This record gives sequence, C-alpha cells and structure tokens, in this order.
Amino acid sequence: MTNPYPSRRTVFSTVGAALLVGATGLRLPARAQSFEPTPSMRGGSNNYRPGAPIVDRIGNGGFWTSGTVRRAGDGAPLAGRRIQVWAHTTEGNERDARSHGATLTNEAGEFRIEMPQIVPAFGQPHGHLVYDADYDDGGFETVFLRPVMERASDTSLQVEFVLRPV
Amino acid sequence: MAPMRGALIWSALVLAIAVPLIAAAQSPLLQWRDPVYIIAGFAGIVGLALLLVQFLLIAGVLPGVPARRAHIWTGAGLVIAVFLHVAGLWITSPPDVVDVLLFRSPTPFSVWGVVAMWAVFATAGLAAFRKRLGLRAWRLGHNAAAVVIVSGTVIHAWLIQGAMEVTTKLGLCLVVVAAAVWVLRRRRVWRMLR
Repeated sequence: MTNPYPSRRTVFSTVGAALLVGATGLRLPARAQSFEPTPSMRGGSNNYRPGAPIVDRIGNGGFWTSGTVRRAGDGAPLAGRRIQVWAHTTEGNERDARSHGATLTNEAGEFRIEMPQIVPAFGQPHGHLVYDADYDDGGFETVFLRPVMERASDTSLQVEFVLRPV
Repeated sequence: MAPMRGALIWSALVLAIAVPLIAAAQSPLLQWRDPVYIIAGFAGIVGLALLLVQFLLIAGVLPGVPARRAHIWTGAGLVIAVFLHVAGLWITSPPDVVDVLLFRSPTPFSVWGVVAMWAVFATAGLAAFRKRLGLRAWRLGHNAAAVVIVSGTVIHAWLIQGAMEVTTKLGLCLVVVAAAVWVLRRRRVWRMLR
C-alpha cells in the first residue's frame, strides 16, 4: 500500500539517495554491460590527416597508446580495425605528417602503437585517435576521440572504442 | 623619500613581470614548439602582465610617467598582445582556434580567454567613442569590462598547462587580482549606479 503523505524524512532520504546515485554514476556499471557506443569527442578531429600509413611506430617512440575496439551492444572484440593516432609530441606538431600513424587491432580487438612522448599543447597534454569508416570496410560509424592525459609526465595512454554498427 | 618610494615601486613592478616571463622562458615545452606558437604564448603572458601595469597606472602609484596617456597606450598594447596571442595560435592550429572562438572547444579554459578577449575589444571600442558616451556610461562600461577582463584572463591562464611555471604564474595572477580589487574598490565607480 502506498502512503499518500510521506514524512519529510522519507522525502529527504529518497531524493537524497536518488541524487547520490545519479551524481556518482552508480548506474554506470549496469549500463556498461550493454556496451554503449563511444561518442566522438569535441575537437577530436582537429588536425586529422586522413589515411596516414600503418606503421610499426611513429618517429622514435617512447610513448605507448593502446586500447581496445569493441562492437556496441554485445561488446565483441573487433579484429583488424584501423586506428589512427596523432598528437603534439617531442618530435612534431599535430599538423605534421610525421606525427601521424595508424595500426590494426589484433584478434582480441586490442591495438598498441608506439609514438614519441606526447607533450602539452593548447593547454592540455592530449592525444587524438580515430576509427575512420572511410578507411575500413566493416560497417561501423566513424569515432574521433581526444583523450586528455592525467599528468603530462604519463608515458602511456589507454583508449577504449565501442563502435556503433551502421 | 619620494624618489626612493618611486624606485621601489618600479622595481617591484619590473620584478613582478620579469620573473614569470623568465621562468616561462625556461619551460621545456618551448623546445617542441614552433617560433610562432612560442610568440603566441608569450603574447598571452605579456597581456596578463599588462593588466597589472594598467591598474597601477590608474592608481597613480607609478611616478615619472603621464599616467592617463600611458594607460591608453598600454591599453593599445594589450589589444595588440591579444591579437598576437590569437593569431599565433591560429597559425599553429587553425581548427583548435576556430573551436575556441565558436565556444565549442573541449578545453575548459578557452571560454574564459574568449570572454576576456571580447571584453578587451569592447573596452577599445568604448574608449574610441567615450566622448559621445558620456562620463557615466564610459566609467561604468570600462569598469565592468575591466572586471570581466581580469577574472577571465586569470582563470584562463590558471587552468592552462603551458609554458608558464606554476608558482610564478600563481604569483602574477594573485598580484594582478590584488591590484584590480584595490584599484576598483578605491575608485568606487559603482556609486554612479545610483
């Protein structure tokens, strides 16, 4: 039976609990189970040079960008997907061709590419990554990411892609 | 006594500006930047430093210069510094600057910079037409813009991970804010609101 006149204590505790759950993102794990597609980030596509070659490493290396590529919904790992990476590094600007390179995911949907150390540019130490549908035959939507490093001294960056089927 | 005091104030001002500039010039980030990008960044630091000069000129504590005329010229210098800052960044990375100017950049500090930039340009516009505006509108407009410029610039600078060294950046920001609060309170322009 529902009480039409909840006490002040009930109202406060219910609203408080709702706010707490909403604000702390406690609902997130439940949603992650269904593998929501990763949205493109603002500024992610800035200084993109489409079609950079697949390389063993960009420049002289020293910094690792790695992550996984999965399918939205069931989270199945996607193999052979082309991920392009670029950043302002110790060896070049974002706009320089030598700052760009691409790699393919393995059977487990993992990618890992070595590149020069990312250094802060335009106010934040950040990288750029893209899964570009135009350079892939697999029928997923393009996603541009612009992850920011926690510290400028970090020597690696971990990035997750969950792609939405077209 | 007066010349001694003047020399002290001038040395303090030179120190307050030179120390953060010299510290920024030591930044390891500079070795990985093009000259245009470096100039753009330093134009930003100079702009922040000029705010301090502006307040001290208006406070009348800088002996040996015609304060009002110097304030106008420093204001023109501030406009040039802002222009060099934005133009240099534009040349370095056009899409990032376009995003910032259209308020769609992912970086939280950039919006403060753009707001401060427009407040600087608005002040220059007000100054050009100040005789037609009348004293009240000019004073209120200029002071309101000054509040926006100082807060916008300081927050913008503080949130950036850039060439400025953190301690000297904090020092310069605090000195600029302190000078702003002191001068704005002393002039009590809000009395004209009544």
